[in-house]
Amino acid sequence: MRKGVNGFADLSPEDRERLELSGIMLSSENRCGSFFQEDQDVRQTSCTYDGIEMLPTAEALKKYEWLQEYYWNLVDKDKDEYTRYVADQEPRGYTIIAKKGSKNIFPLQTCLYMASDKIQTVHNIVIAEEGAELHLITGCVSSHSVGHGKHYGITELYVGKDALISTTMIHTWGEDVEVFPRSAAQVEENGTFLSNYISLKPVKRVQMYPTARLTGKNSVARFSSVVLAPEGSDLDLGQRAILEAKGASAELISRMITSGGNVVARSHIIGGEEETRGHIECKGLILEDGIIHAVPEIEGRLKNTELSHEAAVGKIARDEIEYLMARGLDEDEATATIIRGFLDVKIQGLPDSLQRQIDAAIDAAEDGF
Amino acid sequence: MTVGVMLAIENLHVEVGGKEVIHGIDLSIGEGETHVLMGPNGSGKTTLLRSIMGFSNYTVTEGRILFRGRDVTALPLYERARYGMGMMFQRPPTIAGLKLGKLLDVMSGTTPAKAYEYADTMKMGEFLDRDLNANFSGGEIKRSEVLQLLVQQPDFVMLDEPESGVDLENISLIGKAIACLVDKDRHIVNRQKSGLIITHTGFILDYLEADVGHMLCNGVIRCHGNPREILKVIQERGYQECIECAKV
Repeated sequence: MRKGVNGFADLSPEDRERLELSGIMLSSENRCGSFFQEDQDVRQTSCTYDGIEMLPTAEALKKYEWLQEYYWNLVDKDKDEYTRYVADQEPRGYTIIAKKGSKNIFPLQTCLYMASDKIQTVHNIVIAEEGAELHLITGCVSSHSVGHGKHYGITELYVGKDALISTTMIHTWGEDVEVFPRSAAQVEENGTFLSNYISLKPVKRVQMYPTARLTGKNSVARFSSVVLAPEGSDLDLGQRAILEAKGASAELISRMITSGGNVVARSHIIGGEEETRGHIECKGLILEDGIIHAVPEIEGRLKNTELSHEAAVGKIARDEIEYLMARGLDEDEATATIIRGFLDVKIQGLPDSLQRQIDAAIDAAEDGF
Repeated sequence: MTVGVMLAIENLHVEVGGKEVIHGIDLSIGEGETHVLMGPNGSGKTTLLRSIMGFSNYTVTEGRILFRGRDVTALPLYERARYGMGMMFQRPPTIAGLKLGKLLDVMSGTTPAKAYEYADTMKMGEFLDRDLNANFSGGEIKRSEVLQLLVQQPDFVMLDEPESGVDLENISLIGKAIACLVDKDRHIVNRQKSGLIITHTGFILDYLEADVGHMLCNGVIRCHGNPREILKVIQERGYQECIECAKV
């Protein structure tokens, strides 16, 4: 059996490429810190920025007694079989604490890498204290040699007053890998939570329903998902925002393409306080016979909330393809150009470097269209 | 001087949705010539242009289309475009997410700089990051269409009502740009590009001298002649005069 690697240096060229596809910079260039977990072992934790502390969760729980209040707080330990399984394990994963007023120009990167067919568990805690701005990119990758594997991930995110957390998660799993993330965020007054999810490679099954509770006045949550489901992929993806404080707002955006796989896209906004606003935009393209099942839900609980949704599922309109063909693009080029545009989600508040990374991940997937 | 033929249409019959809309049209447009196509609503003008360009749903049941002497009747749309045909759409589709600038990049390949010059010319610089045709005004749509054609540089351009929905300020800009597209800014002996323009108002004649006008009614061409004279007859006496005249 292969010995564990230190950092990324010992990975095979194929797996290094898979990490890069997931937004991980192997040289840690343009990153202020790097976390690397292989299967159940933490291989690297480094952060060069003074205002941010990153450490393995097991170590963090020993170091800070107060962290217990943040551990299994937003996600219920008994929620389902996956949370119970993770709760029975030694804590893995990372804890990040962005100190009051800190701001990382270069994002932190965390890489959750599966090299064997076993179950990987993580429990991540991310805290942005008052006025902090924290950008995080997470690459979830299985080795090209992995057959069957499972990943159970708990992530609890705390956005303090006037703080911002952006998380950009890029999945590059294998065809027989099953993934069950369980994530929840809490956003305090004037805080902003940006959650971006990209999955463009085959995966057997992903099931998740991250939820943001907006508990502070004028807090904001924005979820964006860009998903391609090739044949054999079964994706059940949700995103929920609960507007619990005056002036809170949320936007949930999904772009899904099936080339033979199945996608259920659930979105749910609950308007539970005065002057809250929420919008769901859910668009699906069916390229080959697959299923896209959009389930947008808006739930107003008092009269002074404004919630809306738009959802559309279908094929690319023929007149759009022919419009581009009249400009000299052949049918395949026209189709790919339209799809690339369809997936082009610009995320407000994201640093350019992360937006470029998202764009590059989508560009790299163009062959799969 | 011998003028080469850019487009020759012979006895063209076209069906749309199983119904014949064009009933045997003959038309010839020489190199460097610009023709205008007039006729009442529903007479088949747009169908004729879209058939020449090769859109699906426009089935040629009889006759043929020759472009530069080559029979293109069975060629796919994009091959006609690559061979030198271009078209300005009257109501182009909105393509969500596809930025105008990105389309120009894809179209212009290795020479994107020129595309951005044209964007400035057409006052579309601020629109390059906008979704294609999304919430564009009438004038903006036409400027975007002309910009795409300037990048494409077709030898033969078809324009479907370039004046519709355009305000006076934009009309001048668009009219002059169209004149360039069909080489009307060049000396007559140097003109190589050709055009076929659908117009109801004749505004385009303020910016370029069209060589020939055609009057299309009920899927047949009823009259060829001086475009200004045909327009004058229509303005003074309506389309009925042309229908009854049957000068062809």
